[in-house]
Amino acid sequence: MATGDLALGHEQSKSAVVDAQQRVVNDFSIQVATVNGSGSQSANSVLLKSIFNMGVPVSGKNLFPSNIAGLPTWYTIRASKDGYVARRKKIDILVAMNAETAREDILGLHSGSVAIYDETLNLSQYRQDVVCYPVPFDKITAAVCPEARLRKLVKNMVYVGVVAHLLQIDMSSVEAALAKQFAKKQKALDLNFGAVRAGAEYAAEHLSKQDPFLIERMNSTAGKIIIDGNSAAGLGAVFAGVTVVAWYPITPSTSLVEATIEYLKKFRVTEEGKATFAVVQAEDELAAIGMVLGAGWAGARSMTATSGPGISLMAEFSGLGYFAEIPGVIFDVQRTGPSTGMPTRTSQADLLSTAFLSHGDTKHVILLPGSVKECFEFGYAAFDLTERLQTPVFVLSDLDLGMNNWMSDPFTYPETPLDRGKVLTAEDLNRLGGFARYADVDGDGIGYRTLPGTDHPKAAYFTRGSGHNSKAGYTEKPEDYLEIMDRLIRKFDTARTLVPAPVVTGNGKASVGVIAYGSSDFAVVEALDELKKQHAVEVDYMRVRAYPFTQSVHEFVASHERIYVVEQDRDAQLASLLKLDLAADQAVKLHSILHFNGLPIDAESILTELVVKEGL
Amino acid sequence: MATATATPTGTPGPKVNRIGLPVLEYRGGKTTLCAGCGHNAISERIIDALFEMGVQPERVMKLSGIGCSSKSPAYFLSRAHSFNSVHGRMPSVATGAVLANHTMMALGVSGDGDTASIGMGQFVHMMRRNLPMIYIIEDNGVYGLTKGQFSATADIGSKLKTGVINDLPAIDTCAMAIQLGATFVGRSFSGDKKQLLSMLKAAVAHKGTVMLDVISPCVTFNDHEGSTKSYKFMQEHDEPINELGFVPSFEEIDIEYDAGTTTDVTMHDGSSLRLRKLREDFNPTDRVGSVRTLMEAHENGEILTGVFYIDTAKPTFTDLLNLVDRPLGTQPESVTKPSAAVLQKVMAGLQ
Repeated sequence: MATGDLALGHEQSKSAVVDAQQRVVNDFSIQVATVNGSGSQSANSVLLKSIFNMGVPVSGKNLFPSNIAGLPTWYTIRASKDGYVARRKKIDILVAMNAETAREDILGLHSGSVAIYDETLNLSQYRQDVVCYPVPFDKITAAVCPEARLRKLVKNMVYVGVVAHLLQIDMSSVEAALAKQFAKKQKALDLNFGAVRAGAEYAAEHLSKQDPFLIERMNSTAGKIIIDGNSAAGLGAVFAGVTVVAWYPITPSTSLVEATIEYLKKFRVTEEGKATFAVVQAEDELAAIGMVLGAGWAGARSMTATSGPGISLMAEFSGLGYFAEIPGVIFDVQRTGPSTGMPTRTSQADLLSTAFLSHGDTKHVILLPGSVKECFEFGYAAFDLTERLQTPVFVLSDLDLGMNNWMSDPFTYPETPLDRGKVLTAEDLNRLGGFARYADVDGDGIGYRTLPGTDHPKAAYFTRGSGHNSKAGYTEKPEDYLEIMDRLIRKFDTARTLVPAPVVTGNGKASVGVIAYGSSDFAVVEALDELKKQHAVEVDYMRVRAYPFTQSVHEFVASHERIYVVEQDRDAQLASLLKLDLAADQAVKLHSILHFNGLPIDAESILTELVVKEGL
Repeated sequence: MATATATPTGTPGPKVNRIGLPVLEYRGGKTTLCAGCGHNAISERIIDALFEMGVQPERVMKLSGIGCSSKSPAYFLSRAHSFNSVHGRMPSVATGAVLANHTMMALGVSGDGDTASIGMGQFVHMMRRNLPMIYIIEDNGVYGLTKGQFSATADIGSKLKTGVINDLPAIDTCAMAIQLGATFVGRSFSGDKKQLLSMLKAAVAHKGTVMLDVISPCVTFNDHEGSTKSYKFMQEHDEPINELGFVPSFEEIDIEYDAGTTTDVTMHDGSSLRLRKLREDFNPTDRVGSVRTLMEAHENGEILTGVFYIDTAKPTFTDLLNLVDRPLGTQPESVTKPSAAVLQKVMAGLQ
């Protein structure tokens, strides 16, 4: 349908702000409201990929309940010609498929937005200022799907067809997305494509375009991939040669391990059919990390993945890993706390508790990926770091990054050989005549270790969480204890030089700086662009990518008058962690912008606070 | 060292085992446990068993949790890697270590508190997995390091030095282990040198989870009138259900025996565990019968010792995982890191 054909005669649209000349192309968001368990995921994914196939940058977010079936769930798709992929607060197009929330859903729309819904819901009664497209979904579905039990599923594809037609998405793009979704399942493909076509045909015959939203072909997604952060992290681990995976299922980290298992089965089985990996579903998170440390101690590249409650359970073992200096990678896909919190909502509130996880003076190395690409890269790098540093390494992702689909450049193959760290062989021991496990031979705080099974009578040492001296012997002597504790600090300083450095943008001359990490990046970048556009204010931006902080963090703070620390938690955890590192006169420069309602942070929220705080 | 026995001078060197090592090479550091502690006797038997079986010390991983018992890996086999982990969580550490290197022999030492209270969760799941390792509970029914509280294996009605009487039933770790899937389950007494040594030697030959509950009187907190885990009580109430003889595969089997009263179990390495039946009806390959025997003993106030259950056919956890022969921990990069072409293929699939 050409935009020139827009009929404005429909009575519900009289007050709706619709102007055929005011086209909104490739820059809007769609929200699909459905019921959990109704099988809308495939449909939403097809819709997302159809827009992607049109060459338009796109992102999708699943806002789902902690429930198997029956509770409301929302999926938002954002098309952005400028490539912004953060959550957008404003919804432009609502697909209301859930009768229970439909009224609330339409009441939440802004003036001039669009609602597509089942005609029986009669939503136009609630809003005169929203373009309404009632659709007889059940009737259309029944006509294309003779099998009654499949109709609930197939119905979702009908809205894909309606939306595709209204937004003028090419049917070929939808078909390509469907073909990928139902690869090798011709029958399912036919049925679903039939439903899409039926939806599109209905829209063509019965709905006259009254809204300004359109998808037009671009060339901004060529060569890009779509992947979720959890799969990316799992892929990183597999390419890092992970050999032992121990885990306990917990949302939102489950899919990280499931993806890892899938890749391991594909790429890590020998020609004889033997596994070059072991995966154990442990009895709880305590056992999971115990297995990780046992395996790391005995030479394996080992990992677990969990979320906040699991991190809490891993506290004691994490201290053992730190003090006995054992490698192991722990992925924490953060969700809201405290306690059970909102298990299906995102958060960055595990930062502080993870940094100091366990009793006593304990500090951990943490990697903070800020994109799916970094989930892959840090998922890989974590294994090199943990073996180099002989200490557990945590990778803090979050539900938004981990469970949602993101567009990305393809991942680059890590060409450098695996860094297995300081491990002495039997030949080394012959040459050296022996070794002291916890001695700082090289001055970097990292000792040399041997692996069980090293064929040398002097290879063995005694690993313990109790006080030990440089020769790994039991001790309660103050000087022995101090030697170990001081060396661990030296090791932490070495870590500072090895972890990924922050990424800084801006000209470096602004008086105001912003610091953020992880999934906040997308919203921060967009907010700062808007700040420049709307207020002609430029700020510098530093995205930290690891703890301990590198020296450049100090320099960034020192070279700015005011620093806004943007993060997704209540207690300003990143700012607090920074303040611990900074001198008192520098620490006072930090101000916080916090977002912690469980929804992914958005640019509008950041911009609003920045404008107020800067008095613009 | 291997040449020691062949010294032609006539002054005989120390006795060496079949791999040429003297027993000294199986010793550990000086014990810091109380004099007379049953745990020390168990350490001695472990040394004897590994020496007699000719186990290369470097091929052993010693693991433990926290407590008096868990200290003991420091007192034997200094040439083996050792991991003294956290309270009640040795099974998980052992699981990880075995997965990283399943060619090693894993020997875990735990206590009754470390296993039956704080460690129960991990204990049951390790038994269930039939992880190939030897798991020894040095069982004194009491918390030693915190000075004498009851543990969950203390018998009902037993009395502390302070006069406190235990009013809760004991957990029978052997009955549990059998029910859960361990494939070699026995109970012995630290003071019974012969039985414990035979049991440990057979344990070395077994492939799968070996669970040995060794009653080990605490001389400081639990070796008094009223304790059911004292030397005196054990010597009076210990009722062996079978007499053990173990013949390693490298020794010729030429012992005379009466076929009517013995059962031979062929171990994984071809060794033979001979159980001389003291109880006519006892069959150590019958799970249900074994658990029943243990339950009946509780009813009768007896403490049974012997090998209660043995299954040499059940696959171990590492069998189930279908691991490559070479340890996962030392797999080369060429095996564990997929190629650039593989990544390219994955990326293409995501476009």
